[in-house]
Amino acid sequence: MLTIKGLSVKFPTRFGDFTAIEDVDMTINPGEIHGLVGESGAGKSTVGAAVIGLLQTPGYVANGALTLGDTDLRTLSPSEAHKVRGDRISMIFQDPQTSLNPLMTIERQLIETIQTHSDASESEARKRAVDLLEEIGIKNAAERIKAYPHQFSGGMRQRVVIALAISTDPELIIADEPTTALDVAVQSQVLDLIQRLAKERQIAFMLITHDIGVIAQVADCVTVMRKGRVMETGVTAQVLGKPQHRYTQQLMDSVPPLDRKIDRFRVPDADDTIANNGDMAEDWLLEGAQHVRTGLSLRNLTVKFAGQRTSIFRKPPPYVALDDVTLNIEPGSIMGLVGESGSGKSTLAKAITGLVTPSDGIMELGGSVLPFGKSRDRDHPSRQLIQMVFQDPYSSLNSRHKIGDILTEPLWFYGFVKDAQEREKLAAAMLSLVGMQPDAISKYPHQFSGGQRQRIAVARALLARPRFLICDEPTSALDVSIQAEILNLLKDLQAKFGLTILFISHNLAVVRQMADNTAVLRNGKIEEVGETNALYTAPQAEYTKSLMDLTPMMPTTWQT
Amino acid sequence: MIAFVKKYEGLWLFVHSSAAIIAALVAALIFLGAVFAPWIALVNPYDLSSFSLFDGLLPPMWEDGANPKFILGTDDQGRDMVSSILYGARLSLVIGLSALTIAAVLGVGLGLAAGYYGGRFDAIVMRIADVQLALPAILTALLIDGIARGILPSAIQQDLRVAVLTLAIALSLWVNFARTARASTFVQMNKEYVQAAIMMGQRPIRVMFIHILPNILGPLLVIMTVDLASAILLEATLSFLGIGLPADSPSLGTLIRIGMQFLLSGEWWILWIPTLFLVALVVSINILGDFLRDIFNPRLR
Repeated sequence: MLTIKGLSVKFPTRFGDFTAIEDVDMTINPGEIHGLVGESGAGKSTVGAAVIGLLQTPGYVANGALTLGDTDLRTLSPSEAHKVRGDRISMIFQDPQTSLNPLMTIERQLIETIQTHSDASESEARKRAVDLLEEIGIKNAAERIKAYPHQFSGGMRQRVVIALAISTDPELIIADEPTTALDVAVQSQVLDLIQRLAKERQIAFMLITHDIGVIAQVADCVTVMRKGRVMETGVTAQVLGKPQHRYTQQLMDSVPPLDRKIDRFRVPDADDTIANNGDMAEDWLLEGAQHVRTGLSLRNLTVKFAGQRTSIFRKPPPYVALDDVTLNIEPGSIMGLVGESGSGKSTLAKAITGLVTPSDGIMELGGSVLPFGKSRDRDHPSRQLIQMVFQDPYSSLNSRHKIGDILTEPLWFYGFVKDAQEREKLAAAMLSLVGMQPDAISKYPHQFSGGQRQRIAVARALLARPRFLICDEPTSALDVSIQAEILNLLKDLQAKFGLTILFISHNLAVVRQMADNTAVLRNGKIEEVGETNALYTAPQAEYTKSLMDLTPMMPTTWQT
Repeated sequence: MIAFVKKYEGLWLFVHSSAAIIAALVAALIFLGAVFAPWIALVNPYDLSSFSLFDGLLPPMWEDGANPKFILGTDDQGRDMVSSILYGARLSLVIGLSALTIAAVLGVGLGLAAGYYGGRFDAIVMRIADVQLALPAILTALLIDGIARGILPSAIQQDLRVAVLTLAIALSLWVNFARTARASTFVQMNKEYVQAAIMMGQRPIRVMFIHILPNILGPLLVIMTVDLASAILLEATLSFLGIGLPADSPSLGTLIRIGMQFLLSGEWWILWIPTLFLVALVVSINILGDFLRDIFNPRLR
């Protein structure tokens, strides 16, 4: 049983000590899955690292008690701590790609781990390794064990990582975002496995994640953290179902539900003080022909990439990223596009914006044909009418340019406003329209948080006066409360300016909140298209059904 | 002041690295000395009337028989060693810096374009770079020097010696810039801000120089410092071998070549002082380069 009492961790910096976590209390009983949830920077991972004794230098435990059973984890000598790690506490990391050694077979890695912690002979260790793999659900284990990590899929690799973690019969496993890098189908398998292990082997799990759905599905207890402090802790149904703390309530309000559509997320709106100056930008956006709604239709669109070359004499067979995609996006509507990673969602966005050249098909924007990729002129009108909001707000803004330069670039480039001062004024007004202080104009992107940057990215897109906006996973890099703010913003802007939006996401719940119509993409093919509500309540395609079933969901009774 | 230093990570690291501070001081001292040589040097080694043969072969001031006027002694012509070194450093730095500029402009331009366009253009540029890498820098320099001697009329050959030397050094250094710029550009090409710029329909030149270039300056700056040291060394090597500058315009390499004649004759300072000076200059520039690399690459810290 793990007990944490009054734990504080500090990191010395050149500005003095930075307190990463403060006064954290937590107990985890054998066989219990204890969820640790919070937004980025909440200190979740630091708690895990402090328990296993792998705090990043120069961090140190400043205060508090850490005990596992009768062992005081804080007073262990380095060699004792080394024995406890692995023997009694194991760890599962986020990315199975990097937590296995690519140059060693699965067999070697398992045997090595087993032999380090017990004096089993080679053949005993091998037998145990095979048993372990069978236990975690790898079929044909005796044969598959000879494989290298790259010969396993992502989900399989994460199972192997779990097998490594349980190979020493630990009392506690710290799982740091174990399913974040996985698709929903694989995620649900891994979560099932964790649940089974907790029950059968009575292992205590500390499950660190930012995904409240995952917690709701598997955790017995949950601790909600924010800025290094525990906000609320207790039995999952209690904490998430009837949140007492204001922060937990807010957090729950910002989680998009899968089973219904809500008009707006109940998150505090941005400052009222800045909302008023956006009129100028609003008027500018509504001027002239700007209210014309523009739809997009794709007919039999096919995109092929050069395949992997296997022989120097033969041309490799092409890899088909999009296969005969036909999609009609009504003017002024939001089309949601969902699919797992590798389904071709982003390729579709790139084909529309001209970054990728389709090999076949027709694209039409508002009735006129859209030339493909390289054959689209630099001054083609679609370059202005179609704009995009990218996934990663950290790479979509040029970090060496000031916000003002980033925002005025479209105004200057498309020749909308000739006067430099006017451009600045309009950019500032646009910033207030998207809920930011206008003085941001003289700052650099690194001075803003992810959510603020995404607002700036939206402002940049709007300053090009687009009629068709592509949002490619605009919130998947953001915390859930920030996600709620950005989704609210996008909804407002769409309603005000009659934009047509293609909203791409792997998150079914988010798409449900945003889209009028939804298309489901799988391996480059459209599985199903339909009105969002109808599609979510009565999915036709098998694939859509299974996606819905596998997405972690909160019991309806929890939602307020 | 302390708050100001703390605000900038680079400055903070700098004041905590004694090697970097010493290297910066040495380099700054040499640079200033070279820049202000005409005003601070005792004699002008180019001007025969400013020194006298009677002062020849005087040892440094701490040895017996020295003239305290000549701190580091004089050479066989009676030239003050301090003055020669300052003028020599001036010439070495001028050649090094101009070669570096040419190499940087050429290499960064080609590297950016290769990374941006990729495909065939990239392949051609990089194969040329590979060929260039296969030839030792000295061989390239010899080649260009030889060609220049062959095609230029002998009347202007003397005047163009510095230009030929600079070009030879530049040609052997551009590959570093091209490779680094190309690799960094590849990374930036996948960033969404570049895709946004291309999507808008901006000209390739603008995307390359306004958007990408500022983001890849870090590693290029490191290459620049390290390559400045190589350029100076290369110039010294070529001058030492006698294919660089003539004896009447002494760079550091020429001074060392002249000093070679006195290696075993007891007048050690004529060889050793310029040599040590060159070592100090190159080492301090290299330390600064290493320090810059640490700043730009936090993983190496």
